[in-house]
Amino acid sequence: MSKDALVIENLNKVFATPNEQVVALKNVELTVEQGEFLTIIGPSGCGKSTLLKIIAGLDVDYTGKVELNGQVINGPSLEKGFIFQEPRLFPWLTVEKNIAGDQSLRDPNIKQQVTELIKLVKLEGFEKAYPRELSGGMAQRVSIARALLRNPAILLLDEPFGALDAFTRSHMQEVLLNIWQTNKTTMIFVTHDLDEAVFLGQRVVIMNPRPGHIKSVLPIDLSFPRKRSSLGFQEMRRAVLNEFEKVEEETYTVGAGI
Amino acid sequence: MILTSKNIVQTKKKWNLSVILSPWLVPLAIVGIWQIISSLKLVAQHILPAPTQIIATFWLLLSNGDLLNHLIVSGERVLVGFLLGASVGIVLGIVTGFSKLLQEIVDPSLQMLRTVPLLALIPLFILWFGVGEFGKVLMIALGAFFPVYVNVFLGIRLVNIQLYEVTGLLQYSFKKRLTTLIIPSAMPNILLGIRLALGASWLVLVVSEMMGTSAGIGYMIQDARAYSQTDIVFVGLVMFALLGKLSDSFVYTIERRVLKWQDTFKG
Repeated sequence: MSKDALVIENLNKVFATPNEQVVALKNVELTVEQGEFLTIIGPSGCGKSTLLKIIAGLDVDYTGKVELNGQVINGPSLEKGFIFQEPRLFPWLTVEKNIAGDQSLRDPNIKQQVTELIKLVKLEGFEKAYPRELSGGMAQRVSIARALLRNPAILLLDEPFGALDAFTRSHMQEVLLNIWQTNKTTMIFVTHDLDEAVFLGQRVVIMNPRPGHIKSVLPIDLSFPRKRSSLGFQEMRRAVLNEFEKVEEETYTVGAGI
Repeated sequence: MILTSKNIVQTKKKWNLSVILSPWLVPLAIVGIWQIISSLKLVAQHILPAPTQIIATFWLLLSNGDLLNHLIVSGERVLVGFLLGASVGIVLGIVTGFSKLLQEIVDPSLQMLRTVPLLALIPLFILWFGVGEFGKVLMIALGAFFPVYVNVFLGIRLVNIQLYEVTGLLQYSFKKRLTTLIIPSAMPNILLGIRLALGASWLVLVVSEMMGTSAGIGYMIQDARAYSQTDIVFVGLVMFALLGKLSDSFVYTIERRVLKWQDTFKG
């Protein structure tokens, strides 16, 4: 077994408003192995995006232990790549300059890495294109390449394909798996799409709202490449769905917030 | 194949020609009607001189060097005043744009000053600085300052917070953040401010040249008025129109080059 990259112990997060305190995350325990592909799924308000932001160092107002490779996370760093739902490209920069970011393309080393990444995300020929000339899927691939240029130890993806149509989305999933298998980057992928969670993840984390906590973690013992139509995939999908229905029942019986 | 590409070239050429001609249609028509009215002697020459008369006067002033002298004096005032006002505007706009604290300290006073009509300050400026160059340049600088200041400030505050977050995640240095995010993002507003400032500079120039000076296009107009030389007044006005348009087109050309990434409705 490879070593744990990310260790989260007894993580709690409270959003305090003047009138009330909302518990966003309660007693979250999670370890992610080096090179693992983990997907997190749950209904809105379950704290999955909050959890990802804490791992990214975008939110440091929490209690508990969050460590990446033995280091306490207390802010953003280049070893934690982050992909938002929107590509967030700079509209005045070409594709290659967007990927390079604050690095100079005049540096032959950077130039070569950017060229390789453009090949990896299958955007050859679009080096000089502006973001407005790209489709949603292409733009998101640029943002993935931009994150990868920084050689992150872990890539955090917050519903990155949520705004894409079904065909583009499944294509993007293949691209991402290809990147994962090539670069062996640890991936944490937040989604609200059941198929996506099962298709990509080696483990699926199911989260439950009010207060946000981890309901269960299901290993997906299917080899890559996975086939959505295969019996095994359908069984795993059903297993995750079962967990979900339990989540829903609990939510409704407790009746919190309804 | 050859036929289609030829067709494309032809349509492109045609389109270009109409684009070049179209802004001149209205002025040419007005000048034509004007010439007819003058030729028929419907209006007195000292009220509305014929375009041909104005052109003749223009040549005369150009050949005896008068026009060029006035032009150089005016150009210098506008350039120095504009550069002074615009650069202070850019610096203060950036500073207040970045710092909430400095905004609260500096901006209210500036906004109050902005509401005072600039031309109402002229008597005060004459009292303080006399009728010399300094007061004039300062007036122009003040006229150029506000459009730049307001728009640079606005441009910085319009920087997309999502992109700002990205520069944080990717650990950009302050300098990189400024040069790759803030300035390019604020560029449409900065250029708009500069265009408005140029317009204001010409305006203030004319007014300041109409009192207490012995050279400049504004003086030339004022002087000609005193002797009822209406044709010279018109030469001066046309010069202002040309210079104003020229400086505006200059910034517009830069704008089109710098902002070609913009994905906006182009009409």
